[in-house]
Amino acid sequence: MSKFNKNGNNYIITYAVIMTLVFGSVLAVVAMVLKPKQDMEVLLEKQNFILKAALGEDAMSSMTDEEVSRLYAETVVADVVKSSGDIVETEEASVNVFKEYKKPKDVRNLPVYTIYETEEKKNVVSYVFPVYGKGLWDFIWGYVAVKSDLETVSGVVFDHKGETPGLGARITDAEVQSRFAGKKIVDANGNMSIPYFEKGEGNDYSNMPQQVDGLSGATITANGVSSMLESYLLLYKPFILSRKK
Amino acid sequence: MSTETLEKEVKEVKKPSEPLLSKKRKALLTNPLDEDNPITIQVLGICSALAVTVALKPTLVMAIAVTAVLVLANVVISALRNTIPNRIRIIVQLVVVASLVAIVDQVLKAYSYDVWKELSVFIGLIITNCIVMGRLEAFALGNKPWDAMLDGLGNSFGYAWIILAIAFFRELTGSGKLFGVKVLPEEYIGNGVMMSPVGACVLLGVLIWIIRSRNGYVED
Repeated sequence: MSKFNKNGNNYIITYAVIMTLVFGSVLAVVAMVLKPKQDMEVLLEKQNFILKAALGEDAMSSMTDEEVSRLYAETVVADVVKSSGDIVETEEASVNVFKEYKKPKDVRNLPVYTIYETEEKKNVVSYVFPVYGKGLWDFIWGYVAVKSDLETVSGVVFDHKGETPGLGARITDAEVQSRFAGKKIVDANGNMSIPYFEKGEGNDYSNMPQQVDGLSGATITANGVSSMLESYLLLYKPFILSRKK
Repeated sequence: MSTETLEKEVKEVKKPSEPLLSKKRKALLTNPLDEDNPITIQVLGICSALAVTVALKPTLVMAIAVTAVLVLANVVISALRNTIPNRIRIIVQLVVVASLVAIVDQVLKAYSYDVWKELSVFIGLIITNCIVMGRLEAFALGNKPWDAMLDGLGNSFGYAWIILAIAFFRELTGSGKLFGVKVLPEEYIGNGVMMSPVGACVLLGVLIWIIRSRNGYVED
């Protein structure tokens, strides 16, 4: 060490350059090695959410990752539609709902997941629509499963980035999500009418087709969920109408 | 670091080697647990102690992540200590810590995705955790790797047991659960204050008070 002047500029600059190269390459290698596994995790979570929305929490909770992937591959067909209702030739895997959310509504690619009862893909169990919106602090998103009658919600799954723990973050609770099951996305006249969180909590709305018991202390998150459902499900309206015929 | 101190260190190396766990070295491990605790005595790393302690599971992951980063950073910096130019030593420390944190973040994302989603923000903040930089400046730059490793372990454990203790009380009183399992009767209504950082602040204050009055620490 003594032959270098450790306080000289040459030594310092060389040191900095070598350090940057070494740590930069280590990081690059780590990121590259772990990338496939990370992508798998993201994909698996999506499949898990879609199936959970369609089949319910109970059916999914005992499944291993492999079983989820297999069930998804066997019974789910993914399409991409536009807000006009037309199916487009875009690979569903290439659609990132977050990126689409930033585009104007009429050019968004909207994935639709059709869940079939069996591998033969004859009887539709439900249609699952991804939704994306804003909560109180950050983005919220989720999946809404509608039964094959295209009127009744069979289940929802929500997730969030930074809602308040214990308050807004409760949208990820199974109990809160179960409040949407059985609600209708059409009113008595057959027009689209999207379920929404009511103000206050602990009220019984079981006979109301659209009202959902709200989240006390998390009104803004709840309103965010309501407007997310409304704006996204209305985008799917032409698709829903075309399937109903 | 001047050349004088460097020469002293070179001489130190020639002394007969100390046992791996001598008294002095044991103290490196045990002191930070109580009388030299990074959180309750030095009041470092408070931000993460307040932020992540809402439940035991993320807190445990945070503790493990900080341990990994602190021990490795201490060892790396200590191994490089004779080559690091004094004028850019903080930058070198920062690069080492930031790289280690990025690696921890990536590994968590690949192998513990749920926890990563919850903790990613805070994992990034380990870079600025004062405990890490504090130990690098105060210890690793002037000591041999084995000692630096013990110091890193000691300080991470000191950090870990405090945040785990806070998380235990916050999860128990805030939601009636421990590690996500309901332990209090269903009728128990969670205490909302404990779910927010305010509750952590109060608990931390009480903990600091207890520990300081027990070991008789007084601020200078």
